[in-house]
Amino acid sequence: MSSIGTGYDLSVTTFSPDGRVFQIEYAAKAVDNSGTVVGIKCKDGIVMGVEKLIASKMMLPGSNRRIHSVHHHAGMAVAGLAADGRQIVARAKSEARSYESVYGDAVPVKELSERVASYVHLCTLYWWLRPFGCGVILGGYDKDGPQLYMIEPSGISYRYFGAAIGKGKQAAKTEIEKLKLSEMTCKEGVIEVAKIIYKLHDEAKDKAFELEMSWICEESKREHQKVPDDLLEEAKTAAKTALEEMDAD
Amino acid sequence: MTFTIPIDNGDSVKNAEADSQRTLYPYVTGTSIVAIKYKDGVLMASDMGGSYGSTLRYKNIERMKAIGKHSLLGASGEISDFQEILRYLDELVLNDSMWDDGNSLGPKEVHNYLTRVMYNRRNKFNPLWNTLVLGGVKNGESYLGMVSMIGVSFEDNHVATGFGNHLARPILRDEWHADLSFEDGVKLLEKCMRVLLYRDRSAINKLQIAKITEEGVTVSAILIEDILGIQSVQQSDCWC
Repeated sequence: MSSIGTGYDLSVTTFSPDGRVFQIEYAAKAVDNSGTVVGIKCKDGIVMGVEKLIASKMMLPGSNRRIHSVHHHAGMAVAGLAADGRQIVARAKSEARSYESVYGDAVPVKELSERVASYVHLCTLYWWLRPFGCGVILGGYDKDGPQLYMIEPSGISYRYFGAAIGKGKQAAKTEIEKLKLSEMTCKEGVIEVAKIIYKLHDEAKDKAFELEMSWICEESKREHQKVPDDLLEEAKTAAKTALEEMDAD
Repeated sequence: MTFTIPIDNGDSVKNAEADSQRTLYPYVTGTSIVAIKYKDGVLMASDMGGSYGSTLRYKNIERMKAIGKHSLLGASGEISDFQEILRYLDELVLNDSMWDDGNSLGPKEVHNYLTRVMYNRRNKFNPLWNTLVLGGVKNGESYLGMVSMIGVSFEDNHVATGFGNHLARPILRDEWHADLSFEDGVKLLEKCMRVLLYRDRSAINKLQIAKITEEGVTVSAILIEDILGIQSVQQSDCWC
């Protein structure tokens, strides 16, 4: 779907003759180049996983967090330009805090996603700002249960059962569609997400990666946190075994 | 009344200067808090009254709250300032938990934060009109400390605020010893609270006892005191 928008792609405030804003599409390309981020809504909560491509062997495992808590009950996984992602997370934290300060209650996930989407959209309206080069998967648990939203660089945000962004998003989406999410618990979901990420990691193109996962569910007391180490290890082993079984065929 | 739009930079403590009036005197106040270290942690007792001058106006105020996973905060003095302090601490605990790094704020850290807040407000002649008692357990170590509205802060094995200093502490000095069992600790606190009920005119007979151990905070059900001792557990709101 690549087309050269010569002349119409220099500014985010210019439309092309066929009604496209090329700068926003180029921003989406930045997201497509990053490691895959997967989010699913299970029966009792949300699970999010990130395929963190390791740039250098010198990096300490566990550093460069790609999943951030935005409040007690919500978290964001970021794909794309990491620095842009930091800004979006900071804004989301601030919005959540400000909502609580004014209305006295934890921000509903829908409201938070609308505010973040509106902020991302803001940066597509002025020529002296560039669009954010990152997509965000926002998972949260409020009075209406667990919810998953995805916000793209264009500023649109939709609610999903399962979402994926980044390099392997097509393959990930196919895998997610195979899962029966409404019957899965988060514990099972963690294993499935690990399997998906291991499966779509391209060994040839990118050498090493680190798996980072987080969840919000009844087991985590409806708080967004890293998946506990023992469960994460269990998921990684299950994923590696599944891969070997596939390769053996 | 001018309405100032709240400035949210994630640090509401520093915005206190936006308020155009300074605290000159307290309005709704809570009376003493008494707290002791015991074998498994810390025990704290407070009554549930809020006085409006000489009127005992509010009779269902919880003056002890859990802070994070490891601390328990009790306050005497202006109730609205206590609620403001709880908001500052909520922000502190939230920011700490969002790091998600396996670490969490301990009682010593919370006590230090409160000391800084109280002292800096006092230096601006706009104090938070409270005496705070901070107890907690982290990694097996018990901690009990106090901060006053002028920023005086210290740790001890047993603390009390307000009238408790004069009426309860002499009892504690005589009868407190290290490694009190839970039952003995509760009995000791009940004794102190009974003396306070007799002699402190702003004390009411409805009280709560909270305990904090390595497992966390438990606040007891509401207890009713009378001259025969701590009697019933209250089921619903009553006029006492």
